[in-house]
Amino acid sequence: MKRTLLRAAIFVAVLLVIYGLGVACEAGFTEYVQRIVLLAGINVILAVGLNLINGTTGQFSIGHAGFMAVGAYGAAYVGVQLAPVAHRALGTGAVSNAFSFNLALLAGALFAGLSGLIVGLPSLRLRGDYLAVVTLGFGEIIRILFNNATFLGAATGYFGDDPSGLPAYTTFFWVYAWVALIVVLIHNLTFSQTGRSLTAIREDEIAAEAMATPTTRLKVTAFAISAATAGIAGGLFAHMQAGVRPEDFRFEKSIDMIVMIIVGGLGSISGAILGGIFVAVSLELMRDLQQYRLVLYALLLIVIMIVRPQGLLGRRELYQLFRKRKAGSGLESSR
Amino acid sequence: MRSLRRTFISGICLAAFGAVGCKKSATSTSAGGSTAADRATEIIIGHYASMTGSTAHFGQDTDRGIRLALVEANAKGGVLGKKLRLVTLDDRGDSAEAANAVNRLIDVEKVSAVLGEVASSLSLAGGRVAQRRKIPMISPTSTNPKVTEVGDYVFRVCFIDPFQGKVMATFAHDYLKLTKIAILRDVKNDYSIGLADAFKASFLQMSGNVVAEQAYSQNDTDFSAQVTAIRGTGAQAIFVPGYYSEVGSIARTAARLGLKIPLLGGDGWDSPDLFTIGGDAINGSYFSDHFAPDVATDKAKRFVASFTTEYGQAPTGLGALGYEAAEVLVDAIARAGKVEPTAIRDAIAHTKDFEGVTGKITMDAHRNPLKSAVVLKIEGGKAKFETSIAP
Repeated sequence: MKRTLLRAAIFVAVLLVIYGLGVACEAGFTEYVQRIVLLAGINVILAVGLNLINGTTGQFSIGHAGFMAVGAYGAAYVGVQLAPVAHRALGTGAVSNAFSFNLALLAGALFAGLSGLIVGLPSLRLRGDYLAVVTLGFGEIIRILFNNATFLGAATGYFGDDPSGLPAYTTFFWVYAWVALIVVLIHNLTFSQTGRSLTAIREDEIAAEAMATPTTRLKVTAFAISAATAGIAGGLFAHMQAGVRPEDFRFEKSIDMIVMIIVGGLGSISGAILGGIFVAVSLELMRDLQQYRLVLYALLLIVIMIVRPQGLLGRRELYQLFRKRKAGSGLESSR
Repeated sequence: MRSLRRTFISGICLAAFGAVGCKKSATSTSAGGSTAADRATEIIIGHYASMTGSTAHFGQDTDRGIRLALVEANAKGGVLGKKLRLVTLDDRGDSAEAANAVNRLIDVEKVSAVLGEVASSLSLAGGRVAQRRKIPMISPTSTNPKVTEVGDYVFRVCFIDPFQGKVMATFAHDYLKLTKIAILRDVKNDYSIGLADAFKASFLQMSGNVVAEQAYSQNDTDFSAQVTAIRGTGAQAIFVPGYYSEVGSIARTAARLGLKIPLLGGDGWDSPDLFTIGGDAINGSYFSDHFAPDVATDKAKRFVASFTTEYGQAPTGLGALGYEAAEVLVDAIARAGKVEPTAIRDAIAHTKDFEGVTGKITMDAHRNPLKSAVVLKIEGGKAKFETSIAP
């Protein structure tokens, strides 16, 4: 009982802190900086979600932009359909907006999770490179489908019925509330019994199977969860951009996500967070270089990979850095 | 081994920082924020474009045109006693970056107006930011009607798609003096449908006759049924507002079946491949476009000459429209009398009979230009300027 109360108090406190930071951010920063802060949050969701399947479970997906696209289009479309219903039921205030926005995000996550399931079921029986190729193909199929779906605006993209585009619901509060929720959920999953089984699959799939770990089921579950988080990020992205267009979910977007988790440290949640922020901020910081910034960006990645091939944090979490490394902490890879 | 690695890494770092240093000192138009002192003597204009990525040539061509227009304006002493400075930001053809770039232009570079983008979906992303921040934006080449519907701060200097249907109807009726026309449209393509509808409405209004309406779908290869149906109707020309690959095949089919009438079309024909696919069969046909390098006005001749001297190659349509967008903006700032976004917006909205390189421009109430289009005639595997049609 006491524990529940404490948890509720922490939950409310976190939301209040996020709200406070949001107010401060809006007051203290230009819109340009605010946008980058929001993009960083969305990247963090993408990276933490992708890290679950690529890092923790060790199954390499390079088509996550496809799931992000499904979530973005799903949330945008459902949001537009839902808004009048919510307005009739709850009035036109912030409550009704928040309600339809979050429901739309969940719908987007559901669509993305389902497509993750559909892709994952047949392809996660494959290993290594084969899975990568299948996910890559899927990502392209999704983009091309949206490119031709006339009711979703085809190549121009989907912007809702209003000429000014989708409502700009994506605020600091909602982005970081979702970041907090997803980071906590993925963290708890990673350090649960299921999470240990996922790590076991990464380390040695045959040994894991010999220990009666249901490898395929776990892999597909992790894949679907990862896809669903990408869907949430997509929904937030759509409502920040005031629209979705298929060209934003090209193969390069999947590569961006992989860069986030590799730079941060494959298999580390705090690493994924750092990597997500790195990708959002570094390109903008290099604006002064104009088109040469992409050259420097690539150089930066090369340097990071030479100096720290295991990524900024390796497989450790940030809070473990300050602790003395204990032998056999369970998280450290044997390498 | 270790020291070797160190040397390698420091080498890379040095090269990178060297690149930063050179870049900053080499160009006067580099980004990096502007101070209040700059703004007292300069008018800063932003341009966001895909300078890298798969559509990099769009952004680079447009940027050349804009740059040329501003250099020429500065050579004449600038505007309102101030020099113009262009800040170009790259968006990699990505809509998140396009919105970032417009925000940065406004917040960091403190621009008075924004030019961009080529692709309509990127103009929509950037235009929403410009509209919300109340900074006027002119898109040089986004033809999708939705772009300027974003709000009253978003303009364009190119005509929208359906306008070409009206242009070709006027051309067929008044210039070629035709009265019986067949229409062959691509039913899977919004662009083609829009042009065909606009053509039909205008042509009927001029009391012309549409004697046949046939349809095909993109990627069809056999058009003999449609061409045969048109052959029996006594049509004097066929309006085919599709893309160049099908148009080329249609021209070949018509020639094979002995139908010797010209085809008419829009800027979807504008590709060198049209001449390879269509061969001799496409000679004698006409299509409308934004700009022709051999256009006859003095203004256009001067532009083509100075563009060619500056960059060593003839301007594309994108370069011409970029130049035109910058010129319309400079003209509006001069008429506004002060460097203030709302005043500049009002001045752009009141642009009337402005003599641009691609024709006379008047902004309508929906912030789209009323301007003339050029009609090109295909002769000997080349498109030549034929006439320009006023709205």
